[in-house]
Amino acid sequence: MKKAGARIYTFLIFLFLYAPILVLIVFSFNDSETASRTVWGGFSLRWYRKLFEDRLILEALCNTLLIAVVSAAASTVLGTMAAIGINSMKRLPRRIMMNITNFPMVNPEIVTGVSLMLLFVSAVRLFGGRSLGMGSLFAAHITFCLPYVILSVLPKLRQMDPNLYEAAQDLGCPPGKAFFKVVLPEIMPGIVTGLIMAFTLSIDDFVISYFTSGTTQTLPIYIYSMTRKRISPEINALSTVMFAVVMILLIIINARNAKERKTEKLPEYHESM
Amino acid sequence: MKKEHFIRFNLCMILCMAFCLASVPAQAVLAGENSVPEGTGRTDETAVPDRGVTINVYNWGEYIANGTDGSPDVNEEFTRRTGIRVNYTTFDSNEALYSKLVGGGADYDVIIPSDYMVSKLIDEKMLAQLDFSNIPNYRYIDERFRDPDYDPGSRYSVPYTWGVVGLFYNTDYIEEEITSWSALWDDRYAGKILMFDNPRDSFAIAQFMLGQSVNTTDENDWAEAAALLKQQKPLVQAYVMDRIFDKMESSEAWIAPYYSGDAAILVENSDSIRFVVPEEGTNYFVDAMCIPVTSSHKAEAEAYINFLCDPEIAGANMNYVGYSTPESAAKAYMDEEMVESPVYYPDDEILERTEVFVNLPENTSKLVDQLWAEVKMGGPGESMVLVAIILGFLGVYIAILIYKRQKRKRELA
Repeated sequence: MKKAGARIYTFLIFLFLYAPILVLIVFSFNDSETASRTVWGGFSLRWYRKLFEDRLILEALCNTLLIAVVSAAASTVLGTMAAIGINSMKRLPRRIMMNITNFPMVNPEIVTGVSLMLLFVSAVRLFGGRSLGMGSLFAAHITFCLPYVILSVLPKLRQMDPNLYEAAQDLGCPPGKAFFKVVLPEIMPGIVTGLIMAFTLSIDDFVISYFTSGTTQTLPIYIYSMTRKRISPEINALSTVMFAVVMILLIIINARNAKERKTEKLPEYHESM
Repeated sequence: MKKEHFIRFNLCMILCMAFCLASVPAQAVLAGENSVPEGTGRTDETAVPDRGVTINVYNWGEYIANGTDGSPDVNEEFTRRTGIRVNYTTFDSNEALYSKLVGGGADYDVIIPSDYMVSKLIDEKMLAQLDFSNIPNYRYIDERFRDPDYDPGSRYSVPYTWGVVGLFYNTDYIEEEITSWSALWDDRYAGKILMFDNPRDSFAIAQFMLGQSVNTTDENDWAEAAALLKQQKPLVQAYVMDRIFDKMESSEAWIAPYYSGDAAILVENSDSIRFVVPEEGTNYFVDAMCIPVTSSHKAEAEAYINFLCDPEIAGANMNYVGYSTPESAAKAYMDEEMVESPVYYPDDEILERTEVFVNLPENTSKLVDQLWAEVKMGGPGESMVLVAIILGFLGVYIAILIYKRQKRKRELA
């Protein structure tokens, strides 16, 4: 009885989480003249056709992905370096650094956005540029992604045995090589988590991008600008495509990992025999 | 070794995902650049060589024919004919446009705000006077759109689209014929009424009912209008902008005001939804093209404005956008049903009853903002409920703390 209850509860939670996405996907196939997103008119692929013909939305998507990839990569590298530095600080400087790291996370996004915009505008004027654009977007995204990377990597650093690094050097490894061969693989799960978080946050960001984008258009801004007229189901189609790509890749990764775990077990079994 | 493989593989997959997602738009963008725009009648002319100039255009979302649904890609066509590249970005509201211009971070060459925003920008000296020798197609703009209230002398702007605000209602649920804004205050439709989610449009409805000018600077007038809106608030289902389409179509709501061009689609596709311009009068709005004073490519910007005034291009745009064109010559290139529909092009006697927004002086603007906040979020009286709720939660929290402390004392004793 209790098990059935637990199952129903889990099912409800998943339903709650995924129902909006399912509705979104279903209505991307809606055949409706009036671009309705609530009244079903029949099955059709017209929104997908429209999506691939619409140059503007695809340019916005391109911009968003480019910014996400570059800022995720840059903030991961910078964040890892920062985390390693913070880890080897004494107690007081470390406390101060952690407080500073928490600022972009704790600040309301609109405060960060407006202050970055003011900073960039005066910097642009100082250096004789004309307007904000991709450069300011990169800087802004790296700024707010950094704390998440640092916070993902630090726990892994703390978990790691501090003597590993010294042991590697005792065995004759030069310091640089010791870092890359010993420390980095140990903290890699934290780095990967940080990378994924930074990527997701960057794609998703609206408020900060809105203020610092200048004359560049990112996808969330484009979608928001459709609200005066009508949010077309093209957006449903685009979201479905993105969701499908991510889902397929996750399935491949998980299948591969499951297979590797199976093959790992077999040799040990043979050895014990 | 296995762990390294595992990690390296995962990283590869993540990068794969990013490139997959990026290659989709890249391919389509390349495909799009090679396709010839339809419906412009100039298929085999060679393109004008690139002049090395890019202009930044800032327009409403979904407000230009962009090559989908068989419409010509207007920006591509402009680049083909003049060699000037267009960086086209979009905004969702006049206030967003204004804050971007004032912030100084963005350098636009052509902007397309609404009437009152044009008037505000002119007052604040943020627009450049247009050199009409660069805009010969201005001759196609109809007489009645020249020298408007929001831009006396038409020195700073060229109209792009126009429309009126009207009332949409569902005849399946509303038996009588609606002729007045007072239908939005009717108790019989309580909970099925929608209103605009922006101050000027909502206040305008109340002001037409009270017989005031929508540009009044008298504080008492605005207070009266606000009182009327507050009276209406319990009957309103929601304050919406684009959500009206979904709500009216699914019959979730029965009556709503909206801009004529947009919602004409509702009328066309549904037998039960009807459009009417109420007898008290209504707002008539114009979205106009202007050039900010900070632009560094004024001649090219004027060439763009000129291009959009070309009747063929204007017709193609209006076919896609669905609003009304200020150029009669463009009607020849448009869908006949649209041109003859009274929803898109109301009769002159209806247009006599309309009023256009102009910029309000600063203290009036502040008053409007304050009153709107009061209407939407409730005045001082209603915050007592909020205070009571907060105190309630505080009380519960303190009670829990005390209970825990007593429990700990009992356990230690």
